[in-house]
Amino acid sequence: MSTATATAAPAQQAPPLRKKSLGRRVADNWQLYLLLLIPVILTFIYKYIPMYGIQIAFRDYKASKGIWGSNWVGLDWFERFFTAPTAGRMIKNTILLSLYSLLWSFPIPIILSLMINQVRFPRYKRVVQTVLYAPHFISTMVICGMIRIFLSPSGGLVNLIFGTQIDFLTESSAFRTIYIASGIWQDAGWGCIIYLATLANVDTTLYEAAKVDGASVFQRIMNIDLPALLPMAVLNLIMAAGSLMNVGFEKVWLLQTDLNKATSDVIAVYVYQQGIESAKYSYSTAVSLFNTAVNLILLFIVNRIAKKASDVEFV
Amino acid sequence: MEKTNKASQGLSDRTSDIILVVITALVLFIVAYPLYYVLVASFSDPYDVYAGKTFLLPSGFTLRGYAAVFADENIPTGYLNSIKYTVIGTIFSVVMLYITAYPMAQRDLPGRKVLSIFFVITMYFGGGLVPTYLVVKDTGLIDNMWALFLPGGVAVGNMIIVRNYFQNSIPHELIEASEIDGCSKLRTFISVVIPLSMPIMAVMVVFSMVAYWNDWFTALIYLTGSEKAPLPLVLRNVLIKSSVSASQSATISGGYAELNKVTEMIKFASIVVAAAPMLIVYPFVQKYFEKGFMAGAVKG
Repeated sequence: MSTATATAAPAQQAPPLRKKSLGRRVADNWQLYLLLLIPVILTFIYKYIPMYGIQIAFRDYKASKGIWGSNWVGLDWFERFFTAPTAGRMIKNTILLSLYSLLWSFPIPIILSLMINQVRFPRYKRVVQTVLYAPHFISTMVICGMIRIFLSPSGGLVNLIFGTQIDFLTESSAFRTIYIASGIWQDAGWGCIIYLATLANVDTTLYEAAKVDGASVFQRIMNIDLPALLPMAVLNLIMAAGSLMNVGFEKVWLLQTDLNKATSDVIAVYVYQQGIESAKYSYSTAVSLFNTAVNLILLFIVNRIAKKASDVEFV
Repeated sequence: MEKTNKASQGLSDRTSDIILVVITALVLFIVAYPLYYVLVASFSDPYDVYAGKTFLLPSGFTLRGYAAVFADENIPTGYLNSIKYTVIGTIFSVVMLYITAYPMAQRDLPGRKVLSIFFVITMYFGGGLVPTYLVVKDTGLIDNMWALFLPGGVAVGNMIIVRNYFQNSIPHELIEASEIDGCSKLRTFISVVIPLSMPIMAVMVVFSMVAYWNDWFTALIYLTGSEKAPLPLVLRNVLIKSSVSASQSATISGGYAELNKVTEMIKFASIVVAAAPMLIVYPFVQKYFEKGFMAGAVKG
């Protein structure tokens, strides 16, 4: 009895000592809330109101009637998309372009950074890093301009080197290669940054120990560096897999020609053409919502697998 | 046994040094050469470019490409627009990042968790192109420069990096000391936290600059007037559509073949003109990238 009151008393007194009241703490931080005011308002207006506006995918949106005044049409727009002759092709192109990009562009930065990290000439290493980052800082518009110049059938660099006169951008079989190779050229170097930063934190005594044990550079890479990179690599892979349907609109749109559409026709371009160019607001929103839904499902599945596999949750 | 081990290790270290340098040099060449080729071609006679005489050095040196770029009525305007958008956009974005990240870095802020969810959701889910477009339209931003900045709001991914930097890299004692000295939270933010966060600010400034300098899609959707188009959008005509403006073709004497060649010259020159500013700027802040990335990537 007496021990019970003895332990209960300090517990009752403790909260007011440790914590001020909620109202008091809110009042103490009023300046911080003031700072957050504009970001919260902007996020609400330009991120949350559009989410609410997604419902036009289920309505026949007319600007004059507003969102609520427009007729409810249910899944009509989705039906129209799935019965469109090019729908299957667009879904397939979107997934394949994205999947192949991921398969090629995921391992390359890892291999590159494992090699760069082992280069023992600091100056040279610096130069390599600087040059490899460069293409990342160039606009997609300019990159696509370069691609078009290099692939030009008359006087383009690629045709000059191989002595051919092929108009690559009219070949639908070449589109994915062009898209993925140029993507690797532009961003593989930049993708190394996070891996190189991770490798810079590897305990150097491990290398010394490995050297004493007679491990070759290759063995050091495989047994010290690669395991150090693994968590970051897995994280990157999961993030990428979760946005598999997010094919960049910009590059596809700029490299698309009438003749390579068999492989370059993707959902993102269609959403833009229907929504902005043709002002079919409801239809475009429905197509885009389908895309987002697939993405969210993928993200959810990948996240669940990752959680099971490594006890880490990313979302 | 020990001896052979040492010998083989010494050999393999030297061999692997050579192998690593050769491979990285090859990668270096693959990345750098296309850029170098464009630079060389931009100073060369287009007939020589066509004939493949400009693999290493300019041939038939000329500045006509650059002259034509700046003779255009749209490109200089686009250039000025891009500078304006980049400066204003960068200031806006970095301010937004800071005023969001600092409160979010206070672990004891009431409502922090809810606010955090509020921001993070927008990373994974959004209204999409048309619903966002309609809101921008309803808020009267069509053909207004602010349509480039406001709808982006807070770049949540970068905000998290800055927030983590505040939490992990700024000594807590300094903040406490400043608050004991009677500084308000805002005062502490301005006079203690901001000056100590320059490495991450440098990274964010460069990220924003690059994003705004290179952006054209937002402008394509929201800015309808061609006099407001940023440089990449202006260059779309020449780079993607291969069309030159009236004032440019007026400078050309000769027929269609000549026009074609000059178009190619303009392409090379405009690529250099558009890419140069960012390629010149980033090496100066490169040393901050890795450090900033690492400090921000550690989970807080």
